[in-house]
Amino acid sequence: MTDTTKTTISIDDVYYVAGLSKIAVSEEEATKLQAELDAILGYVQQLNELDTTGIKPTYQVTGLTNVDRDDVIIDYGVDQQALLQNAPHVQDNQIKVPKVL
Amino acid sequence: MSNTIHELQTDLAAGRVTATKLVEDALARLEEKQATHNISLATARDRALERARAIDEARAAGKPMGRLAGIPFIAKDNFLTFGTTTTAAAKILEGFEAPYQATSIEKLEAEGAIMIAKANLDAFAHGSSTENSYYGPTKNAVDPTRVPGGSSGGSATAVALDIVPFALGSDTGGSIRQPASLSGVLGVKPTYGLVSRYGVIAMASSTDTIGAFARTADDLALVMDVMAGKDERDSTTLPDVSTSLLTDKNQPQRLKIGIVKEYMTDAVQPEVRAAVQKRVDDLRALGHDIEEVSLPSLDLALAIYYIIIPAEISSNLSRYDGIKYGLSAEQAKALDEVYGLTRDQGFMAENKRRILIGTYVLSSGYYDAYYRKAQTARTILINEFKKTFEHYDMLIGPVSPTTAFKLGENTSDPLKMYLADIMTVAVSLAGLPAVSVPSGEDKKGLPIGLQLIGKQRDDGLLFAVTKQLEGVK
Repeated sequence: MTDTTKTTISIDDVYYVAGLSKIAVSEEEATKLQAELDAILGYVQQLNELDTTGIKPTYQVTGLTNVDRDDVIIDYGVDQQALLQNAPHVQDNQIKVPKVL
Repeated sequence: MSNTIHELQTDLAAGRVTATKLVEDALARLEEKQATHNISLATARDRALERARAIDEARAAGKPMGRLAGIPFIAKDNFLTFGTTTTAAAKILEGFEAPYQATSIEKLEAEGAIMIAKANLDAFAHGSSTENSYYGPTKNAVDPTRVPGGSSGGSATAVALDIVPFALGSDTGGSIRQPASLSGVLGVKPTYGLVSRYGVIAMASSTDTIGAFARTADDLALVMDVMAGKDERDSTTLPDVSTSLLTDKNQPQRLKIGIVKEYMTDAVQPEVRAAVQKRVDDLRALGHDIEEVSLPSLDLALAIYYIIIPAEISSNLSRYDGIKYGLSAEQAKALDEVYGLTRDQGFMAENKRRILIGTYVLSSGYYDAYYRKAQTARTILINEFKKTFEHYDMLIGPVSPTTAFKLGENTSDPLKMYLADIMTVAVSLAGLPAVSVPSGEDKKGLPIGLQLIGKQRDDGLLFAVTKQLEGVK
């Protein structure tokens, strides 16, 4: 058995992020994921050794910023029925969802 | 059989063949190889034949023909297309019919190209072997006991087996270049923003690119030239790309080329290193100057990649909720159950791993240590590339540390599979263009690819050098 005191991510963490991600993982899946995610996180932790003091993060690589357009409706010719036909449950041209509360 | 785009166009123009015949023949070849190689998830037979007949009639009537008129192709199944389903090889999108087409597909169709089928991939393009497909793996064109590479494995195999002259793929961290290398065909990942991603299922938006597989540099350049350009519907497309990508428009002078030291270590299969060294000789014989160059941060690229990309995946894949389209878990009663059960049943194990890693590195308390750290390390990597490109016109190295591995060889260890991307992810993080050029084979006869890496917007130069290398035997 893995010594859980030495892992980066615990089984509770797995259930926590699975909950945030809205994925209902089974107990068996969670156990497997815990070991796999721990190995991946262990690998990426090598970045901790890199000195990044004073360096800014990069989120966009070609230098474009704030690409905007006129605030007008553009008709892309997408048909309403074509959109609705993919929905699992439709009623009166609306997508039907189960009880929220 | 002679069947590059340029050869087929000559035959079509001379009336030796029709578009209808080309489409029928390509579909017949696909059907034959489907049983052994599992290349395609669906064909678009009716729509393809209808379009072929229309093009044949227009040609007979003397109407002007598009640059790809009558040429059949296959698109990875993460491109939204008419004519058949779009599933991303994921159960959660089983049966999905796209209400509109990707910009890249629209542009190819405007020039007369005909999509005949959708190619298999790792579900949502998460993988390096096409084994993460809900519909089973595609097989390597050269050795069907081995993987074709991934995630665009179906597209690579289709071109390698001469089913179509070109196929479309997407490359987020190597998903075109690596299967091109393992399958022995040309593949390009363009400069970030060169080709619109509108209508292609998003994976990681800061590195997703649209590219292609082909068998000649001229064909590859032509397809990319047709697809490139600003699109109002993808705000990351580059506004100022006006130069042609065609090989005859880009004549390389004497280039200064760096061979990347970090990509030629003992960890790389010796035959792969030898094949790259042979290409160094070829490039010298063509008049280029080559010397070794070191980019130390490359060793960290995979760690950076496997923080940033899962983070973006966790965000992009949040839209699959069992409500608007695709799978919806039938036993679910309340809304939260619909989300949870649908996503558990509809995603493959690798999709879940990436979503969970991404959610973890973005979650409160870990954001700075992982996500922000990785984006900062990315800056260091990009600056290193920029500095290197002040002195070099192009960089070269292998695409993949090994030739095609056996089916099942790496599936039990996700981290081991990630290492297949070790020499392709840095280019993606920096938004650079790169081409995988077939460059010999190993002792087993498995293909080896050379990676040509350019500065941003130097895609045309890479195609021209690819053409020069084609001339070397």
